[in-house]
Amino acid sequence: MGLAARRVASVDHVSTTPLRLVTAEDRHVQIASTIAVPTIENEAQLKALIASLSGVDAVGAEARAAKLSTRSIKKSTKLAAIEMAISMIDLTTLEGADTPGRVASLCTKAMRPDPRDLTVPSVAAVCVYPDLVAHARSVLGSSPVAVASVATAFPSGRASLQVKLMDVRDAVVGGADEIDMVIDRGAFLSGRLGQVFDEVVAVKEACGDAHLKVILETGELVTYDNVRRASWVAMLGGADFIKTSTGKVTVNATLPNALVMLEAVRDFAETAGRTVGVKVAGGIRTSKDAIRYLVLVNETVGSTWLTPHLFRLGASSLLNDLLMQRLKQQRGVYVRADEFSGD
Amino acid sequence: MSMCAPMNSAGTDVSDRQLANSQLGSLEYDPAPESAAIAKLKPSYGLFIDGGFSDGEAHQQFATVNPANEETLSMVAQASSVDVDRAVSSARHAYDKVWSKTTGAQRSKYLFRIARLIQERSRELAVVETLDNGKPIRESRDVDIPLAAAHFFYYAGWADKLEHAGFGVNPKPLGVAGQIIPWNFPLLMAAWKLAPALAAGNTCVLKPAETTPLSALVLAEILEQAELPPGVVNIITGDGVTGAALVDHPDVDKIAFTGSTEVGRMIQQRTAASHKHLTLELGGKGANIVFDDAPIDEMIEGIIDGIFFNQGHVCCAGSRLLVQESVADEVLRRLVRRVEQLRVGDPLDKNTDVGAINSAAQLLRIRELTDFGESEGATRYTSSCALPQKGYWFAPTVFADVAQSHRIAREEIFGPVLSVLTFRTPEEAVAKANNTNYGLACGVWSEKGSRTLWVAERLRAGVIWTNTYNRFDPTSPFGGMRESGFGREGGRHGLEAYLNV
Repeated sequence: MGLAARRVASVDHVSTTPLRLVTAEDRHVQIASTIAVPTIENEAQLKALIASLSGVDAVGAEARAAKLSTRSIKKSTKLAAIEMAISMIDLTTLEGADTPGRVASLCTKAMRPDPRDLTVPSVAAVCVYPDLVAHARSVLGSSPVAVASVATAFPSGRASLQVKLMDVRDAVVGGADEIDMVIDRGAFLSGRLGQVFDEVVAVKEACGDAHLKVILETGELVTYDNVRRASWVAMLGGADFIKTSTGKVTVNATLPNALVMLEAVRDFAETAGRTVGVKVAGGIRTSKDAIRYLVLVNETVGSTWLTPHLFRLGASSLLNDLLMQRLKQQRGVYVRADEFSGD
Repeated sequence: MSMCAPMNSAGTDVSDRQLANSQLGSLEYDPAPESAAIAKLKPSYGLFIDGGFSDGEAHQQFATVNPANEETLSMVAQASSVDVDRAVSSARHAYDKVWSKTTGAQRSKYLFRIARLIQERSRELAVVETLDNGKPIRESRDVDIPLAAAHFFYYAGWADKLEHAGFGVNPKPLGVAGQIIPWNFPLLMAAWKLAPALAAGNTCVLKPAETTPLSALVLAEILEQAELPPGVVNIITGDGVTGAALVDHPDVDKIAFTGSTEVGRMIQQRTAASHKHLTLELGGKGANIVFDDAPIDEMIEGIIDGIFFNQGHVCCAGSRLLVQESVADEVLRRLVRRVEQLRVGDPLDKNTDVGAINSAAQLLRIRELTDFGESEGATRYTSSCALPQKGYWFAPTVFADVAQSHRIAREEIFGPVLSVLTFRTPEEAVAKANNTNYGLACGVWSEKGSRTLWVAERLRAGVIWTNTYNRFDPTSPFGGMRESGFGREGGRHGLEAYLNV
């Protein structure tokens, strides 16, 4: 098999550059880990490991997610959750019609979501196509907002590995702090897990210091078993984050998919000793949705993950709803939608 | 999942200790309590006989308290044998003069009305139930009340189709049914009893449990609102003496009882050699059987639902966990972590997972049996959750290293206490699951359908869930074997208990 006979990620890759965020307390301390994951030597070993994962009962997973979404988040908890959610947003524009002007206005909004109230945290990152990374970087200047770029022939991932790696290097050279790659769903669904793994390893290497988010595209994997397995392949390959969706297919982030991925990062942290983040993306538009995800994180993996270093919300219109609900919490009344800029 | 070859890893490293410090559920949720005022409780309630409320003959009353804070909620009447006689006479009169002459379609009209009124007043009923019983509002809101309405809707559909139920061409009702229900699901049990009885054409005398009479009394208001003819349903409150008078009344044709095996045995003795029909839904010591290929995360949730739902005050609770020895350590580790995460406290708070124990007497019994479990040598894990100062509370508890011969493996604790036992083979799992006097419910957790069916065929229990636990639906029959009772409630089978077949 064309599987890289090497460590999933070597010591060289231990990134000491934290994500450029200052909005939430960083709860981790970097320590030398002696806990371990196995070195993946060949595809058979990888497949055996993936096959050893417990299955997911769809009815049970959906019931659990639905039950947690009835948690009632009120008053000061709600305000804290809204501000936490703002700080976790990857403010995204991924359109064919994106222009430098459009990206610049998005970056401005990312740095100061509510210009009248500077206590509102900036978002975690802006997420753009590779050709707009350098422009976004220059607009953001020295602000703590990171630049994330989709790469690897986003969103379909249908290109040769060389092309995908070029795409990644392009974005990194442009100044991307984070790379959102897509896995090859065709390879995954036809059982070529080694190829999926190799691509993650190769992209991770091409990322250099940039953090790697691996998009599973759960809407195309369809089953929860597949979501769990793909999560593990990505994590074993060196993903810093696993991410639900591109936002470009019919089914994007769902609570049960996020639940299964959070369980995967929890189990991976326990067995491999490395914390991997989770990013949910696509279709998250309201504060209520966002808070439901935070509750899911809180009750599945706990407080360690309640930071932009380990949890992100990929969204665009969500930000204005969070700002509006934040004012509602403070003033007791809703303001007009036009009170907020439409970026 | 075991991965142990050493290597360094990328990204953020984290030690075991740090992971242990990751507090599950540490985002503190502000309390989100439902208002107790929604219950609109009256200072006192009489007996609902012949279509209206009246005082008991002896004017005796007793208090019903909120188990979460020991405050008195209301005063209710203690029905004497004279009151029981009045209720049975009213039911008999209504049966003879009105109810036996109505058509199925007319009866179904009333049942639909009752179902809709329960839905309309569901918020009030949920608060009443939570105040009187101590169960979390999330459960009364999402389970008890909707299911109660669903039972009335379901049997409303049967009322005009009895000839198609498989009990002969023209099945007849029994007459007057005396129904005695427990305190764990007060309104839901009332619905389980009343809906099929009324659909089949019987009239009823219902006695709710002494510690939880209030939702049945609100139901009485609903029956008035639905303009159910007087006497068709009579609701009388009281203790065991009232229940005994109802059981012994010569003009009762049928006794339906849900409660403890001890009382059930007494009722069977007292109704022996009489014309009275009897169905009993009694205790249980349900086994939740976990195989090594079970979907682990959902299985842990299922175990939690199986034993901590309604504080474990569930006759079909999965109070014995039988786990395959090869995965026992992993299951126990995850289970204990999950138990620690349960939110115990104010039942009216929408974020509460586990509420108050229903009564001081029940709390005493739970304490007694768990103390026994410790002295018998089982390993105890109790949630470190803070418990309120006032009220009846018991922290969720798991016993590991439990042997078949321990009392906590044999006796029904009826509280938030799980006993964990292990097995090696499917045969052993079945043998251990069946090694009990009870036979109400079991769960089987496995991804392998053929094995699940093999096990299920051999389990002696009335209800078997696979890859889930404690799911109820009006279309599904429910009931036990052996000391868990006889007769079925729910589904087409539930009609049989109220028809002369």
